[in-house]
Amino acid sequence: MKLNRRDFIKSAAITAAAGSLGLASPAAQADDIKWDKAVCRFCGTGCGVMIGTKNGRVVANKGDPQAPVNRGLNCIKGYFLAKILYGKDRLKTPYLRKKNGKFDKHGEFVPISWSEAFDIMEEKFKDALKKYGPNSLAMFGSGQWTIWEGYAASKLYKAGFRTNNIDPNARHCMASAVAGFIQSFGIDEPMGCYDDIENATVFVLWGSNMAEQHPILWSRVSDRKLSHPGVKIVNLSTFSNRCSDLADMEIIFKPQTDLAILNYIANYIISHNAVNWDFVKKHVAFKEGPTDIGYGLRASDPREQGQLHRSSAKKGWLVNFNRLKEHVSGYTLDYVSKLSGVPAGKLQRLAEIYADPNAKITSFWTMGFNQHTRGTWVNELCYMVHLLTGKISTPGNSPYSLTGQPSACGTAREVGTFAHRLPADLVVMKKAHRQMAEKIWHLPEGTIPGKVGTHAVKMMRWLEDGKIKVFWSQVANPFQDFANLNPFAKAAREMDNFIIVSDAYPTVSAKVADLILPAAMIYEKEGAYGNAERRTQFWRQQVKAPGIAKSDLWQVVEFSKRFKLKEVWPSSLVANSEYTPDTTLFEVLYANPRAKKYRWTDPIEMGHDNDESKQYGFYIQKYLWEEYRLFGLGRGHDLAPFDAYHRVRGLRWPVVSGKETRWRFKEGYDPYVETGTGYQFYGNKHKKGIENRAVIWVRPYQPPTESPDENYDMWLCTGRVLEHWHSGSMTRRVPELYRAVPYAVIYMNPDDAKERGLIRNSVAVVESRRGKVRARVMTNGRNRPPRGLVFVPWFDAKVLINKCTLDATCPISKQTDYKKCAVRVYKA
Amino acid sequence: MKGKQDRRGFFIKILRTISALFAGGLFFGAYAKQVKSEPSPIRPPGALNESDFIKTCIKCGQCLEACPYSSIKLAKPFTGIAIGTPYLVVREIPCYMCEDIPCVKPCPSGALDKKMKEIGKAKMGLAVLIDHENCIAYQGLRCEVCYRACPFIGKAITIEFIPNKRTGRHALFIPVVHSNSCTGCGMCEHACILDEAAIKVLPIEIAKGKLGKHYRFGWKDES
Repeated sequence: MKLNRRDFIKSAAITAAAGSLGLASPAAQADDIKWDKAVCRFCGTGCGVMIGTKNGRVVANKGDPQAPVNRGLNCIKGYFLAKILYGKDRLKTPYLRKKNGKFDKHGEFVPISWSEAFDIMEEKFKDALKKYGPNSLAMFGSGQWTIWEGYAASKLYKAGFRTNNIDPNARHCMASAVAGFIQSFGIDEPMGCYDDIENATVFVLWGSNMAEQHPILWSRVSDRKLSHPGVKIVNLSTFSNRCSDLADMEIIFKPQTDLAILNYIANYIISHNAVNWDFVKKHVAFKEGPTDIGYGLRASDPREQGQLHRSSAKKGWLVNFNRLKEHVSGYTLDYVSKLSGVPAGKLQRLAEIYADPNAKITSFWTMGFNQHTRGTWVNELCYMVHLLTGKISTPGNSPYSLTGQPSACGTAREVGTFAHRLPADLVVMKKAHRQMAEKIWHLPEGTIPGKVGTHAVKMMRWLEDGKIKVFWSQVANPFQDFANLNPFAKAAREMDNFIIVSDAYPTVSAKVADLILPAAMIYEKEGAYGNAERRTQFWRQQVKAPGIAKSDLWQVVEFSKRFKLKEVWPSSLVANSEYTPDTTLFEVLYANPRAKKYRWTDPIEMGHDNDESKQYGFYIQKYLWEEYRLFGLGRGHDLAPFDAYHRVRGLRWPVVSGKETRWRFKEGYDPYVETGTGYQFYGNKHKKGIENRAVIWVRPYQPPTESPDENYDMWLCTGRVLEHWHSGSMTRRVPELYRAVPYAVIYMNPDDAKERGLIRNSVAVVESRRGKVRARVMTNGRNRPPRGLVFVPWFDAKVLINKCTLDATCPISKQTDYKKCAVRVYKA
Repeated sequence: MKGKQDRRGFFIKILRTISALFAGGLFFGAYAKQVKSEPSPIRPPGALNESDFIKTCIKCGQCLEACPYSSIKLAKPFTGIAIGTPYLVVREIPCYMCEDIPCVKPCPSGALDKKMKEIGKAKMGLAVLIDHENCIAYQGLRCEVCYRACPFIGKAITIEFIPNKRTGRHALFIPVVHSNSCTGCGMCEHACILDEAAIKVLPIEIAKGKLGKHYRFGWKDES
């Protein structure tokens, strides 16, 4: 740090020059670091960041003071953004398992070229297509894909290969929220926005450890409480977490009984005349559905027997208010208190809060609701409480489903990279929806199959059953994050299939794979994410990827060159199209005349690199965006033109006439709501009997799939910690974060530990009917479980807790319940 | 791992030999006097006060051998710490607060006091959040790694929530150490994600101020 004489003179001269020109010479300028706006890589909060580059490397980062979400702040993960790109074992070239110079499933990983990687992929794809048809292919994507990556992949599978077997890891994260939105409002994603935080007087957390998982949002909630006396926080959870530090009331309930608690609250509201009748009469409809819907397990599982509506779980029929009243009347304070283990006084106090006409209530939930065998129901029950009291779509009144991933909303949900979806809430089951997509994509009618593809969990089961032959995963770590992963990993390693994993680091999944594709990371490509308040945010490519690593977009687009229409479409379909049998998927889906209109270079890029556009000679991201947004225009999903997002710190859709929307469905805030109506839940505009109304669903409490018994006597709940992102592939490579939380521990009640001869730091085994892991015991850490429950985070590749979890899902949303299964814990 | 163990064993042997060579308490007594002006190092749990500790410890290294985490080191010459005595560098390896306190059990001299039955009562030092300028929590970032690393989270370290005046809509989450519960284990200093830790474990006599004998805080019930 010592300045030598020459340096001193030089810096003095610079200072003098700057002074004479009237310029400041901040350190950044002297550092010669180039700054550009971007988005944080991690959670669904969507903090704006500034990325500092120098000599082709990200050397610095800071929170973006202009970003409305975080105003310059970061959490501890965001603090280390610059370091996540530079782990020592970054993948820089493709690797294929080989023996004697040829692909062999039991061979060793050998570095190969991209052309060799695509050769073997082409061979495997074409072989599977020929022998088993398109539904033997599957892609597992991500809520961490950039918007155009998800969009491009969706096009390749749904239109190119003509299979809907594409599903994102958001299936594990947001599917129940989606199903709840669609069933209650007919349109996905929250009606409110983060501005609710500055307007609410009460926050109720339902299975959302915001203090750790949405750190900057929690900082806003905290400020609201600190700065406004009387603002209250209620924390409902199955174990004590750090949100309770600020909570006025902590409610620890027995797993699954959130269903009963919400029904009790509705009972209280109705029986205490707290229903907002004006709102309910004008804007609400009532529905009921079947209850024998199973647990999303395999059909052969004994627990699925006699569950007659397993495959029609989302069915519903109209009922009236009296049916709801009759239904909830069974959920008395006494009954629910006993069932949930929550003292009656606390439950009643909670019900009073919801019933208070003056309280502005924002209910936040995340995985506690969504990862639930009745995840869709419990989302809907929360809407029920808000709808009965009319506490919705106005500042501070918000039933708010928070997303976990940075673009679970932007990519997975809005682009619709699910087995049943298309962009902007269109679905493959509806002919008119497919036709719209086919028109926008310039495809002949009938290209997109109408059959729903395999959802994520089914993908794994089909892998095990030998039905999936080629499995491609991008920006995800399926063999660490799927529940009950032992049989699935075994199938991937041992059966006749081909597993491709695109990632930046050698994750558990990469090691399970046959072919590893090296991926460019976030700031090594141009990208867009959509956060949990419908805010779409863009960034430019800041640096090049190392070695020959390439973006997921490039991987998908480049691979499409290997397929001619005659190889993937029936000749009748080709004949009906504007293409020839020899036209490649690349030319149909990506490098078509529409795309080539978006010329590269473009002034909006401000001189930044864009490796994909440079190679293709047209601005591919801009083309994909402009095409994608056609799906939403005029349909309540309006997005702004591409360039607009490079000029601002994100916009919340629908963006109509250049203006973003903060509260949807409310007159005065939402341009789609007609004057004089007050509210319009226009997602249901054309649905008979519920036109422009939100739906309250009559849903009961039902017990969990697997509960503790004498052999497996404890609940296992899994989740995350603030310091690590998801499966830890990035954050565990940051030495400081590794040191801060080096391994996953078993959070356990001290009395449970004592009973088992365990003390803090002893190594214990967590064992379920499906698998076991070893980890150290923590009896007085950040999470404090009640007796009978252990919490184990899943970030640690050495503590693969998903060997133990159960792959039961919500039968409607197909989202896995990672929060409840039975285990025993004993000394190792 | 084996090599490391062997090397450690070798050092222990050398240090034992040195201790034996200068077995006369006089030498160490004199040395103790000499180092008294230096801040005392972080000693293992249950250590007597520094001057008694130096007089009592026979430098046998058994505490070090019992520590499952290699947290305890033996002082080498010219470190400013009495040669052969056990100490911790918590930034490198903190005390993991074993509930069964294996390091104290084998101590033959009583320098580590066997009366200490509860690891939570240890007073190895006191954590102090020294650098408020670089501690990112003070700037409003959501860190508090030290707080969550603390084995007595919520007692030894709590969070004080203060509105962030700069942003006007966030809160500062300020870690606050409480000397009555802090054991000086150093988990916080170890975990601090800065290049140089903003929170450090200091010898208690350095860390603590002292209120005038005559004064009582009126709002505290100390009858």
